[in-house]
Amino acid sequence: MFELLGIPPQALFGQLLLGLINGSFYAMLSLGLAIIFGLLNIINFTHGAQYMLGAFVAWMLLNYLGIGYWWALLLVPIAVGATGIIIERLLISRLYHLDHLYGLLLTFGLALIMQGLLRNEYGISGLPYGIPAELAGGTNLGFMFLPNYRGWVVIASLIVCLGTWFVIEKTRLGAYLRAATENPTLVGAFGINVPLMITLTYGFGVALAGFAGVLAAPIYSVNPNMGADLIIVVFAVVVIGGMGSILGSVLTGFGLGLVEGLTRVFYPEGSAVVIFVIMAIVLMIKPAGLFGRTA
Amino acid sequence: MKLKTILLGSIAAAVFAAPAYAVDIKIGVMNDRSGIYADIAGEGSVVAARMAVEDFDAESKDINVEIVSADHQNKPDVGSTIARQWYDTENVDVIVDVPTSSVALAINDITRESDKVFLNSGAATSDLTGSACSPNTIHWTYDTWQLANGTGRAVVENGGDSWFFVTADYAFGHALERDTSAVVEGAGGTIVGTVRTPFPGTDFSSFLLQAQSSGAKVIGLANAGGDTINSIKQASEFGITQGGQSLAGLLVFINDIHALGLDVAQGLLLTSSFYWDLNDQTREWSARFEEETGKKPSMVQAGVYSSILHYLKAVEAVGDKTSQDVVAKMKELPTDDPLFGKGEIRADGRKIHDSYLFRVKTPEESKGPWDYYETVSTTPAAQAFRPLEDGGCSLVE
Repeated sequence: MFELLGIPPQALFGQLLLGLINGSFYAMLSLGLAIIFGLLNIINFTHGAQYMLGAFVAWMLLNYLGIGYWWALLLVPIAVGATGIIIERLLISRLYHLDHLYGLLLTFGLALIMQGLLRNEYGISGLPYGIPAELAGGTNLGFMFLPNYRGWVVIASLIVCLGTWFVIEKTRLGAYLRAATENPTLVGAFGINVPLMITLTYGFGVALAGFAGVLAAPIYSVNPNMGADLIIVVFAVVVIGGMGSILGSVLTGFGLGLVEGLTRVFYPEGSAVVIFVIMAIVLMIKPAGLFGRTA
Repeated sequence: MKLKTILLGSIAAAVFAAPAYAVDIKIGVMNDRSGIYADIAGEGSVVAARMAVEDFDAESKDINVEIVSADHQNKPDVGSTIARQWYDTENVDVIVDVPTSSVALAINDITRESDKVFLNSGAATSDLTGSACSPNTIHWTYDTWQLANGTGRAVVENGGDSWFFVTADYAFGHALERDTSAVVEGAGGTIVGTVRTPFPGTDFSSFLLQAQSSGAKVIGLANAGGDTINSIKQASEFGITQGGQSLAGLLVFINDIHALGLDVAQGLLLTSSFYWDLNDQTREWSARFEEETGKKPSMVQAGVYSSILHYLKAVEAVGDKTSQDVVAKMKELPTDDPLFGKGEIRADGRKIHDSYLFRVKTPEESKGPWDYYETVSTTPAAQAFRPLEDGGCSLVE
């Protein structure tokens, strides 16, 4: 049997699969960010906090109302999306005519407030959230033991990402959205309610973060910092993929998950920085990102 | 005449209105207030510090104590900046707590340079009383040598003689791995491999899988707080313990067990210097603590209380706050408090007390929230910590 840099191929497949699972979270989160940036021109720094909120709302549904995982998967994105819509209407909509920086500061501040409030209430160590009974256990794939739940994460994430891509690229609604990104005034002149579309888009982007949060709850510690830890990496993913590019953010998300997974085998100490090194290189060679268009 | 009386009267009033104390002490509680160690230290340590000052009844002993606090964010540079500011411009006399070994080692140096006092409760590295020991530092609650010889030894003696380490990649993880390796190898075991994980981390599955494929009998988790929680949670998900390998959490706090839930954490062995349910005194103190914070104290928070209490006793005995004198007095006086019982502080700055090996209860055994540990064994103070002569501390003659 051949070995690659001292690692048997079986172990390597296992690590690649794990990378893909992490990539699923990167893809879902960067997709939401890309959609929001594409249409609203807002760098949504609240995204990590909204992902965290998704996990917390799932925990609250279970512990206060006795509503389990599968309903949470449906209800949480709606609830978190609704808070997003309120934030957009009340606050973000006042900033569209200003520089990017203001949106960034506002959303960053909101993220700090959400984290602070939940930290005060629930502490930092995290809350227990079990894996749903239907997905407990695992499957032996020959080269590794894959927990069923992780398999489900990859599948769910692929469905959501492909579905979103399809709606935006292949449907009439998506065509309106893309047109409004290019020229909101003209699209408005055709009788389409552009402000409403913008609000709903933000709500949808945020709902995606909430959905990712529910998926994450059973495997990562549900704590107020879970989003802050992840969001910096996700921003790097968006920058590498190209700000605002839908397909780019999904492909880059999965791709970088794989790269990070490999780094964890060959040089574990560097696995926290590898994505930023790639970001620096991409920015030097292709400043608009791998899939971005230069303006 | 009348004017003179009024003037004298107002001077007297001014003097009595602001009572002058014999000694003014300013305590700086520095720890992680927002990151992964915020529950084991954080605001709870500030509450513990306040309780110590109240219980000591400083005011009636003519000692005025002020407490300030700050967040070092687990970063040595942030912690150093705060420490210099506290010592140089804000007249802080003593820094307490400071979890995160890398920050603690930095504060250890600064305290020595500034000739102040450092009472460490939160950090683990045994270097604080070894190669980095200082006449200004006292290491209070626990250390990596104690953890290694508590949990590590117990696991090796139960047949866990080949180890793979999942190590947090900074001073603490390295020290814990080093001290545990020494115990394992000293008992005839072998170290199969080790992986250094970026700190703090979220996803440990990749590292756990490397540990799994190493074939080691024991996976030693040389990490803490959120890192340990995620490692244990994910090890259970990947069926690592069902495969015959066992997990050794080398530093586990009660808050970690609370976060994991007993379903996942049951059966885990851990070493601790303190548990709220040890005796009537710890229960009574912990109930007071819980009233203010809503949770039971960690051993770090208990150590903050106990170390400040002893520091204030020494200040009272000396009659002023000259750092070297107070630390010398602290080492001279035997320690005695409701949480750690009787003990002493050695020449190298190590505070010694009994150490406990606990097993985490099953959900059926537990009577409710925070009823998590059963005592497996107690190591007496004299054996619980590294022998004085083995640490390489320059203060030991």
